[in-house]
Amino acid sequence: MAMYRYRRVDWKSDAVLDIPLSQARIAVVTTAAFHTPDQPAFDESLRGGDVSFRLIPVGTRLEDLRIAHRSDAFDHRGIEADKNLALPLDRLEELARDRRIGCVAPRHVSFMGSIPAPARLIAATAPEVAGLLCSDGVDGVLLTPV
Amino acid sequence: MIEGAGIPTVSITLLREVTEQVGPPRALSIDRPLGFPLGRPHDAAGQRRIIMSALEMLSVPVTAPLIRAFDDDPLVDPPGL
Repeated sequence: MAMYRYRRVDWKSDAVLDIPLSQARIAVVTTAAFHTPDQPAFDESLRGGDVSFRLIPVGTRLEDLRIAHRSDAFDHRGIEADKNLALPLDRLEELARDRRIGCVAPRHVSFMGSIPAPARLIAATAPEVAGLLCSDGVDGVLLTPV
Repeated sequence: MIEGAGIPTVSITLLREVTEQVGPPRALSIDRPLGFPLGRPHDAAGQRRIIMSALEMLSVPVTAPLIRAFDDDPLVDPPGL
């Protein structure tokens, strides 16, 4: 596996889920590089990594998603066999049905990991994603790496 | 950024030692290979246990990074699930 210099995340936050989880709207942000067939694939050739993202609407059939991840640092067979491992839309629907969570967010976010130069991600992409999640009324986010 | 917008987050981590360096607000450490962040393919019950263990951390206020290890005890699953 390529060894990157890891940046310590500089955060100060009082964000906390202050409603019952059974009432919360939950979204997933994954780095598994999923995209729908009508969306462009991630660009594996970009120096420093592709910092773009794809929005995956709730109700998307997971079997229709494509995987565009460039990394050979992980075993792809898991997410190829079951995309719920990184984007658990089916699992969230089950949890909502069973009232363990309130509901599933209308949109979920897919990045391609392998971003060794994250400055553009931090400056531009991440704030845009935060704004989208806010506008969707998301109460909490599950981040799934691969 | 998402936390800065007022939305709490929780990460799954498969590399605890890396997460300890990066220091996100909340992380659930899973003992699985890279590429299997929510457990085993098609193990719906197991995936739900991991997801719920992670989501329950959203209610914990944090002023410093919080990492919990996933307790792979199937008995914690409520009956009927």
